[in-house]
Amino acid sequence: MFELTKDHEDFRRVVRDFAESKIAPHVEEWDAQAHFPSELVPQMGELGLFGLVVPEEYGGAGLDEGGFTYLCLAIEELGRVDQSMGITLSAGVGLGINPILTYGTDAQKQRFLPDLVSGKALAGFGLTEPDAGSDAGATRTRATLADGQWTINGAKAFITNSGTDITSVVTVTARTGEQDGKPQISAIMVPSGTPGFTVEPAYRKLGWHISDTHGLTFANCQVPEENLLGEQGQGYRQFLKTLDDGRIAISALAVGLAQACLDLSADYAKTRMAFGRPIGANQGVSFKVADLAVMVEASRLLTYKAAWLKDEHDAGRRSVAEVKHAAAIAKLYSTESAVTATRLATQIFGGNGFMEEYPVARFFRDAKILEIGEGTSEVQRMLIARQYGLVS
Amino acid sequence: MNIVVCVKYVPDAQSDRTFSDDKTTDRAGVDGLLSELDEYAVEEALKLVEAGEGEVTVVTIGPDEAAEAVKKALQMGADKGVHISDDAIHGSDAVATSLLLAEAIKKIGQPDLILTGMGSTDGLMNIVPTMVAERLGLPAVTLVSSLEVNGSTVTGRRDGDTASETIEASLPALVSVTDQTNEPRYPSFKGIMAAKKKPVETWSLGDLGVDAGQVGLNNAWVQVESFEARPPREQGQVVTDEGDGGTKLAEFLSTHKFV
Ligand SMILES: Cc1cc2nc3c(=O)[nH]c(=O)nc-3n(C[C@H](O)[C@H](O)[C@H](O)COP(=O)(O)OP(=O)(O)OC[C@H]3O[C@@H](n4cnc5c(N)ncnc54)[C@H](O)[C@@H]3O)c2cc1C
Repeated sequence: MFELTKDHEDFRRVVRDFAESKIAPHVEEWDAQAHFPSELVPQMGELGLFGLVVPEEYGGAGLDEGGFTYLCLAIEELGRVDQSMGITLSAGVGLGINPILTYGTDAQKQRFLPDLVSGKALAGFGLTEPDAGSDAGATRTRATLADGQWTINGAKAFITNSGTDITSVVTVTARTGEQDGKPQISAIMVPSGTPGFTVEPAYRKLGWHISDTHGLTFANCQVPEENLLGEQGQGYRQFLKTLDDGRIAISALAVGLAQACLDLSADYAKTRMAFGRPIGANQGVSFKVADLAVMVEASRLLTYKAAWLKDEHDAGRRSVAEVKHAAAIAKLYSTESAVTATRLATQIFGGNGFMEEYPVARFFRDAKILEIGEGTSEVQRMLIARQYGLVS
Repeated sequence: MNIVVCVKYVPDAQSDRTFSDDKTTDRAGVDGLLSELDEYAVEEALKLVEAGEGEVTVVTIGPDEAAEAVKKALQMGADKGVHISDDAIHGSDAVATSLLLAEAIKKIGQPDLILTGMGSTDGLMNIVPTMVAERLGLPAVTLVSSLEVNGSTVTGRRDGDTASETIEASLPALVSVTDQTNEPRYPSFKGIMAAKKKPVETWSLGDLGVDAGQVGLNNAWVQVESFEARPPREQGQVVTDEGDGGTKLAEFLSTHKFV
């Protein structure tokens, strides 16, 4: 079975130290100002966080196997301090690097990966549209090929890491024709700054204030034919393949959040006095802390089991179906637990829990998206139910 | 240039630090780590070697767990480690510690430079570096906030309250660095993986040719007699300014004899 080794714990400690000294002191301010600290990205690159699943030739760790579990640890530990920087890493690798690494040509990889791995640059992946989210196959963005150029028209919504000052490229899905009466969807890489590619102003979001999210519009945006990523007509299928990893990564982010709620709540329950004793001396409070501990433990086990299965699958020892199932279960349980965890934690903090001065308030706002991004809870339930022959 | 860095494994200052029954620092009951003050010395050594050539060897004295301090330095990028470990060493004072370090450095082979932190975050004697230099007959330049090596000399700046001194010494020399010297790096993932393959030697008293009668608690020149926890800090006093804030402040300062 799976286990976390001393190496994992050594690595966890480094990421934790980094998060606590480089991120924690600034989170409140960055969150209030919705400021994306792009100077942190190369520092994360130096730690090797963007290269954990990448071969050495592009500057990555070059591990034979097991890289994904390390990535989840890094996401969890960043997320324990700040969910936004956790998703920056998760999306940077899962949506930015992975599609290029998996489907890119040698030239595409050589062009983009070294900077993405070192943290000099970030990449995004644009699948969601204003009218196509859970139903990503309903993509309306179109790309037509003429004279060796793709001309792209359409819009994307909620695209992470798409508009930072270091974003180098956004891969977008677009209809590139019809196939058997169905729209043919392909993935095309659009470098930042390409004429006709507009990054809309950042959204005002409930949470993840520090993370960079934009709508994108494409108006007769032209890129060379060789910017096609992977095979024409395979864009949707390719994307679905990268989703499993993303789900496990979001699950790890949720573990970090729940762990933070547990740590903060346990401390607060011991020190906050009411009626002449610590509030934690009351069962009404201490049982909430106990419930938090159970959620953290269960979420962590589901997450790292799924991560382990994913690593085992990459090493050719487990089937993709096993990974998918475990990923959906982990994501559903961990993210719903995380939302509950923030509700319990803010309750333990009382009025202070409603104040931005206390991190639990930020975590409360940050948690909700976990149940939505990379497939909503309903989508996860659909996937799980399918395993039992229930088609919806 | 070959550099030896002396590093110490200390109880994490974030945890509840205490003493053992024999009034030595409790190292078993708390999480330990490479002393943060030593990270500056490791970083400085790595920068010097990266800018030229040579090897960084880290040396530590301590129980089994102290190997973690060596490992952290190797993860940061040091080339090899020496861990001096022997039950008889338990409770050694600064005098014995400096003897062991000096003997270890001789055995490693005379380096061009010995670097240390400005002190340890547990013992706070801050005397070991000078003692090691003395035992080896080397110049000691202590508490520098920056240093430079040129050919066969090392130059360091010591920042005092009223003046900064620039001190030069010929190599080989021992230099202790403050927390103003640099910003220590975090180990990278590759560094963590590479550290597993780096050589670490464990030496006992016998390996160093030091007699048990020269070290340990019973032979220490100084011992802790007693200890007590510092009383918790009292809550501060908040002065609300209702037009007379200045007067109230002045009263506070004069009643407490601050002015
Ligand atoms: C901050 C943020 C960052 C994001 N980053 C990215 C990114 O980088 N790239 C990207 O491509 N996308 C990104 N997304 C988009 C995200 O993945 C989608 O919002 C998500 O998949 C849901 O799609 P939707 O918003 O269109 O909701 P909808 O699909 O409209 O769903 C609305 C509701 O209906 C439910 N629903 C829909 N279909 C069914 C069904 N068949 N059965 C039961 N219930 C159903 C859903 O579960 C949900 O509760 C991001 C979103 C946010 C908020």
